[in-house]
Amino acid sequence: MAENHPLIEARQQEVIADFAVFDDWMDKYEHLIELGKDIPTIDEARKTDSHLIKGCQSRVWLAADSAADGNVHFTADSDAIITKGLVGLMVQVLSDAPARAIAEADLHFLDAIGLHQHLSPTRSNGLASMVQQMRLYAAALAARQA
Amino acid sequence: MANSSLPDRIRRDFPILEREVHGKPLVYLDNAASAQKPLAVIEGQREYLSNYHANIHRGAHQLAQLATEAFEGGRRKVAEHIGAPNAAEVIFTAGSTDAVNLVAQSWGRANLSQGDVVLVTRMEHHANIVPWQMICEAVGAKVEPVNVHEDGTLDLGDFHAALERFSPKMVAFVHASNTLGTINPVADLCRAASDAGALTLVDGSQALPHLTIDVKAIGCDFYVATAHKAYGPTGIGFLWGRRAILEAMPPWRGGGEMIQSVSFDGTTYNTLPHKFEAGTPHISGGIAFGLAIDWMRGVGVETIAAHERSLVAYAHNALETLKGVRIIGTAPEKVGVVSLVVDGIHPYDLGTLMDGQGVAVRTGHHCTEPLMHHLGLESGTLRMSFAAYTTPREIDVAAAALARALAMLR
Repeated sequence: MAENHPLIEARQQEVIADFAVFDDWMDKYEHLIELGKDIPTIDEARKTDSHLIKGCQSRVWLAADSAADGNVHFTADSDAIITKGLVGLMVQVLSDAPARAIAEADLHFLDAIGLHQHLSPTRSNGLASMVQQMRLYAAALAARQA
Repeated sequence: MANSSLPDRIRRDFPILEREVHGKPLVYLDNAASAQKPLAVIEGQREYLSNYHANIHRGAHQLAQLATEAFEGGRRKVAEHIGAPNAAEVIFTAGSTDAVNLVAQSWGRANLSQGDVVLVTRMEHHANIVPWQMICEAVGAKVEPVNVHEDGTLDLGDFHAALERFSPKMVAFVHASNTLGTINPVADLCRAASDAGALTLVDGSQALPHLTIDVKAIGCDFYVATAHKAYGPTGIGFLWGRRAILEAMPPWRGGGEMIQSVSFDGTTYNTLPHKFEAGTPHISGGIAFGLAIDWMRGVGVETIAAHERSLVAYAHNALETLKGVRIIGTAPEKVGVVSLVVDGIHPYDLGTLMDGQGVAVRTGHHCTEPLMHHLGLESGTLRMSFAAYTTPREIDVAAAALARALAMLR
């Protein structure tokens, strides 16, 4: 994968720094729960089936909009608070960035903060499918922009 | 507790119970999904693979003979354990799911037609719903569900009414529910279904590890179960069927082992049980399944059952004291399964935070989506499930982990 867009790389470094203070598993999750409570979420009116990403257990909604400057704006939500924290981190890293940068992003930060297992399909929390949807949307937009 | 000495006696048989997760001692309460394996099962598979592996049946050499004897020995142990009149009536399958599919595709294709009904219950695992839906869709028949009460017991009034209303050709139901723990009155249900002219299939996946099973006393026509929930390996289970019914059923899968002779003018099929076992079977699985049954019988199925009954009562008491916890499934007769919800909190969050404390539980719909819809539990439940080696102390640890998770989420 190509080198990350500086914006996306800088945001990932920021998240990694935020999590660096926690060495205990439970402290990390406590932080994630706080993030989940604070993160701006998707408009209730847009929490429809067309924005629903079917995970096995927790439901995840994702809405993508192309902004006037050509960037992609994401909002997302989940009915499980830990998933919501993770979803929020993804939005924090990928939203309001150029389409091509999102489509090609190397999301190494989950590994670095020790939460990569949540991207595994066996977790069935909808996060992996959400990331895939974000990339697909961005790739389609990038193709139109080209 | 009456049987708290049982885990002391047997925990050393299970090496995996010594390990840690996330730096905490493992508390494994996901036994309804899959039980851990005793050394006898682990070593038995290793011994077969190291010393006498060969393809079974028809081989002229010594290893083939040893492997065949051990595999068929596994079949005899299963037959004896479930009270089957004859080992030839025990068909090895890949598991319960595979066994239900076998009956649906073989018996169903030959016997179901337009307008027929297969009666199931709303507490079935998807494995006892979807195979019936598939065959019913193919032949124009229909799957109808029997209701379940709020407490997780089967609505017997609805069961009898459905028998009358639909005159089903097949009635299929769980012996014990994987989500609620409910033990169904299987002998009564089979008698009523037979009187109404239906065949019966009992899904014993959750009964085999916990209860004494006697297919003659139950009076069913088919009984299915899987090995891995009963201390055996994955990838092997069985279908037991009444001999006359199995004899009349056409083979489902074709290939090696299931034939008597093959020619382009016509192929003749092997006798039971081989007629339904196309291809090389899971040989080490069949052998180790027998060893798992030996292990359970050595400990005593009634001893295990009594221990788990006391664990369920202990867990209900320990969990009910936690604020907001609602136990789902309070049938008077339960296997070692305790499902719960906490209003306003997603089970997935609870399960994740309990995992962080070393406690393995399962969350979600447990492959019983229709039941979760019926009970209005769209996010599913958190389920703790017990085995012979589970201790009251582990339930205390799980309750404390749940309390901590709740404190973090509120």
